[in-house]
Amino acid sequence: MSSQRKIRGDVVIELQNVAVGYGGTDLLSEMSLKLVPGSFHFLTGPSGAGKTSFLKLCYGELTPSAGHLSLFGQDVRMLGRDDIANIRQRVGVVHQDCQFLDHLSLEENIALPLAVTQRTVNRDELRELLGWVGLSAQAQALPPQLSGGERQRAALARAVMMSPEVIIADEPTGNLDWEMSLRLLSLLVELNRMGKTVVIATHDLNLIRQTKAQVSARVLRIAGRRLHLAGADL
Amino acid sequence: MRLPFAKFDPGQAGRVVPPTGFTANLTVLTAAAMAFLAVFALALCFATDRLATRWSDSLARSATVRISAPTEQMQSQTDAVLQVLSETPGIADYGVLNNDQMTGLLSPWFGPDLPIDTLPLPNLVEITETAVGFDSEGLRLRLAAEAPGAVLDDHSRWRRPLVAAASRLRLLGVVSLLLIGGAMAGMITLAAQAALAANTQVIRTLRLIGAQDRFVARAFVRRFTARGIWGACFGTGLAMLAVASLPAADTAGGFLTGLGFSGAGWIWPLLIPVTAGGVAWLATRLASARVLKGIR
Repeated sequence: MSSQRKIRGDVVIELQNVAVGYGGTDLLSEMSLKLVPGSFHFLTGPSGAGKTSFLKLCYGELTPSAGHLSLFGQDVRMLGRDDIANIRQRVGVVHQDCQFLDHLSLEENIALPLAVTQRTVNRDELRELLGWVGLSAQAQALPPQLSGGERQRAALARAVMMSPEVIIADEPTGNLDWEMSLRLLSLLVELNRMGKTVVIATHDLNLIRQTKAQVSARVLRIAGRRLHLAGADL
Repeated sequence: MRLPFAKFDPGQAGRVVPPTGFTANLTVLTAAAMAFLAVFALALCFATDRLATRWSDSLARSATVRISAPTEQMQSQTDAVLQVLSETPGIADYGVLNNDQMTGLLSPWFGPDLPIDTLPLPNLVEITETAVGFDSEGLRLRLAAEAPGAVLDDHSRWRRPLVAAASRLRLLGVVSLLLIGGAMAGMITLAAQAALAANTQVIRTLRLIGAQDRFVARAFVRRFTARGIWGACFGTGLAMLAVASLPAADTAGGFLTGLGFSGAGWIWPLLIPVTAGGVAWLATRLASARVLKGIR
């Protein structure tokens, strides 16, 4: 967890006039942004505004229909499928619906990023990671046996298993109560303090206020198909 | 305790594929059913080949000389025919049918109590050819010269359609085998595609956490190839037991009872699981490439 790869350059994700669309219609357009290492960003906006699409751009699931997008200094348009896979080993993603392999135990799911990249799992590190997210007792449980909060924490543990430079979380607290949301958020803040770049999409303004009290976070807002830097009212 | 894939082993890649479920059973069952049918198609192929060979050989190597002459000339013409046959190259054996053999030939039509001595029947000389065979046209000319009442029947009139029928049967067996083999390939391909489609979420998750295409493909290909081989082994084993339990040809004597393998022929069905494995490997590889193409 404490080990972190050096990020080359001073920008991990850069968008220049990026547009993204489906079927010829732009969902988002003219987005420009630089995410620097160690930064903490919230992404807000109404449902359907394109927050998830924005996040998908950040881990290479979507390619821009216009503009320039670079991930870790590499032009996304020039990346092959293996390059995208390599990028995702540097970006930990936490989805709202937490996609797990239900036939594998929790610890196997968390260790999966190492398995798929042919790396050896360090048992002590895995145990430490499980303890960090408070799931030591559930190590052998299957994902369907976990509660919503446990699944979110497990997804976070899996996302950081490869010690990625960037953590992207899409509505990670959407299904959680306030107490569990704060707990998950504190883990993300802790990761940020370790130097990880964190991007969280959320509707929850209270959560953003709570976090801004702990860490220097910028708030991005998607509205009218554009990406805006939100004001100080938050 | 080590995690099952604590140290990466390509053989463990298959663990990411859900081990059970409808699609797993579908692949195993499909492979088993098609392998079962393929064994019977193979047995049919062997049976038709044997039958065709038997018909061709037995008909091709036999002929008959029919001697029709007045009673007082019958013996002299028969002796002349036997003399000609003894001098003709390509004849392995020959002999005049005796009364018992004639009765046996006629009994299906006239019953067993036929007074064969009182009937003006022609003498029949049965000829068995050597592998090389004899010159039927030359023999026919010599018989016409030396025994005018003798007629050579080399069965060519009805041998030709039977040989053609036998060849068609052989072709039928091969076509059946090809059709069932093709159906097996198609069914396993469909099962693999259904399985891949049902596991799209697994593939999506693997891609999300940084798995490269070759890891995903290898995981599915290994798992489904193993399922294909396992199912085909089961189906082949069951079919071989079924074939072995069929009555022997000499017991019941019919064509279908000759369905089966003998000696080294039993090795051929063992190739079916290998073929099924190859088909499953190729089908899953193509299907996984197609599914992966749709997931970034």
